[in-house]
Amino acid sequence: MARFIIKRLLIALLIVFLVSIFAFSLMHILPGDPARISLGMDASQEDVDALREKMNLDKPLVQQYYLWIAGMARGDFGDSIVYNRPVKDIILEKLPKTLSIGVPSLIISVTLGIVFGVICAIKRGKFIDQVLTFFSTVGIGTPQFWIGILGIYLFGMRLRILPIQGYVAPSDNFGDYIRHAIMPVFCMSLSMIASVARQTRSNMLDVINQDYIRTARANGISERSVIYKHSLRNTLIPIITIVAMQVRNVIGGSLIIENVFNIAGIGALLNVAVTNRDYLIVQTCTLIISLVTVICNLIVDILYGVVNPQIRINGGN
Amino acid sequence: MAKRKDNTLFKQSVRVFFSRGILVKISLAIIVLFLFVSVFAPILTPYTETEQHLKDKLQAPSSKYLLGTDYIGRDLLTRLLYGARVSLMCSVLSSLIAASVGIILGMIAGYYGKIFGSIIMRITDAQLSMPPLVLCMVLASVFGGGIIGVSIVIGITIMPGYIRMIYGQVLGLRENDFIVASRLVGQKGYKILFKHLLPNCFPTIIVMFTMNLGTAIMLEASLSFLGIGITAPTPAWGSMVSEGYNYLIRRPNLALFPGICVLLVVVAFNIVGDAVRDAIDPRLRGKL
Repeated sequence: MARFIIKRLLIALLIVFLVSIFAFSLMHILPGDPARISLGMDASQEDVDALREKMNLDKPLVQQYYLWIAGMARGDFGDSIVYNRPVKDIILEKLPKTLSIGVPSLIISVTLGIVFGVICAIKRGKFIDQVLTFFSTVGIGTPQFWIGILGIYLFGMRLRILPIQGYVAPSDNFGDYIRHAIMPVFCMSLSMIASVARQTRSNMLDVINQDYIRTARANGISERSVIYKHSLRNTLIPIITIVAMQVRNVIGGSLIIENVFNIAGIGALLNVAVTNRDYLIVQTCTLIISLVTVICNLIVDILYGVVNPQIRINGGN
Repeated sequence: MAKRKDNTLFKQSVRVFFSRGILVKISLAIIVLFLFVSVFAPILTPYTETEQHLKDKLQAPSSKYLLGTDYIGRDLLTRLLYGARVSLMCSVLSSLIAASVGIILGMIAGYYGKIFGSIIMRITDAQLSMPPLVLCMVLASVFGGGIIGVSIVIGITIMPGYIRMIYGQVLGLRENDFIVASRLVGQKGYKILFKHLLPNCFPTIIVMFTMNLGTAIMLEASLSFLGIGITAPTPAWGSMVSEGYNYLIRRPNLALFPGICVLLVVVAFNIVGDAVRDAIDPRLRGKL
């Protein structure tokens, strides 16, 4: 077991390393001098050179990469060239907003998605399955920006029962937070509910078709017990993977949702940073995002290993 | 004999494809309409997509402008028709890029195994650890905003799916007798790849390709909505939504109609993609 975990851990480290190289080199092959962007076109060449030196931009690329990683290891993420403030402070300031929309969406979409998926699988081919499957296909195909704007138009502008845009922190005023968060959370959850439901349905159907389920039925075990005790439990294992994938989707979705609802979170930050070539923010955000995904996958892999000895012995291949 | 068997298999596939009934037919109709519109856009409308009528800004739908005009007096319907062209070109081009490069990398990784395989697969893992939209955004800052640039960006983003799928298939096929036999008679590696392995992967490739067209359209629309995809004045549905968003109270159709187009086309491609998958290779159900 220890060997299995170490192997998975090394692979995870390798992936994060690759992402860090990707993010770093991408931001450094872009045309334009970050120091110049930071100071503006009017600044004198001396000032720009001084800033380049301060930002380590005059050093060889390998050394720059090393300094960036070493700085992050010390907790020093460097300064943003647009905001002129430490990247770490900016990210810590934006993160709670993204989380307060993302975490409820994640919880809602996973619960509802699993429930819908199980209903579809049990009632396979029946009317309710067809309706839910149709809606999940539509849900996956619905652009998040469009459903958001439609919601703003209907509930914010026509019916005037929900605020149009903006964000209130739950710690400031919980009621206001809920009112502001309803639409963003709904828009973010919609496609996630759909994809979780779809995956759960097909996983559950795979399990139901297994021999041991047939044997359980043949032995006269009640349908209820077959579904809840034997099928569902075995379906839930692959669903852990789906949940880990949804973490990734929440971060991707926040780019769109925060733009539509004017929420100053990580998604909006990243959007502005890419447009303004604020390279340290892009690098750091990309790295953190992939780190989160990799950690989730690592936990899933280890959980699989714990649950299923076969995977543990094969080393997860 | 063999030919007849193929024929019935083909017929059977077609029957399964349509057995989902009306939904698949509607979706196919939407796709055909979408293709038709993107080819014949210039004939279908008296205006061009960038033609401005500054006196007729933000008009309501009328007989002159069937769906109204936008903030600089461009005809919305015309821009929607031309937008179909942009969407389709991006999605086909990016899927072709993803498929061609992804298939080759996947086959190399699967066939030549160990070192090549693990390098390619770890890079794919790294790519998959980022949300597709984030990856697109970061790449878009390098490749710029034209149709070609956006297609490359989306192509790179959806490539890991192809690599993984083909890799898995080749791993399974590699140990088959006919591959071992060709190796034993001394056939060259690239010949085995393209003559023996590739044709056996075709069903999967067709399925993946159809299913990815919708994904590509969605990514392009999202990128354009965020202002980093197709740039003005080229009409892209995503950027039209974000332009129209500013005039939501006065002219909601400006933001809502382009979004409906994205919705219809993506859902249609997904439904047809599912149907193609079930017809060609039902074992892929749940994997794709």
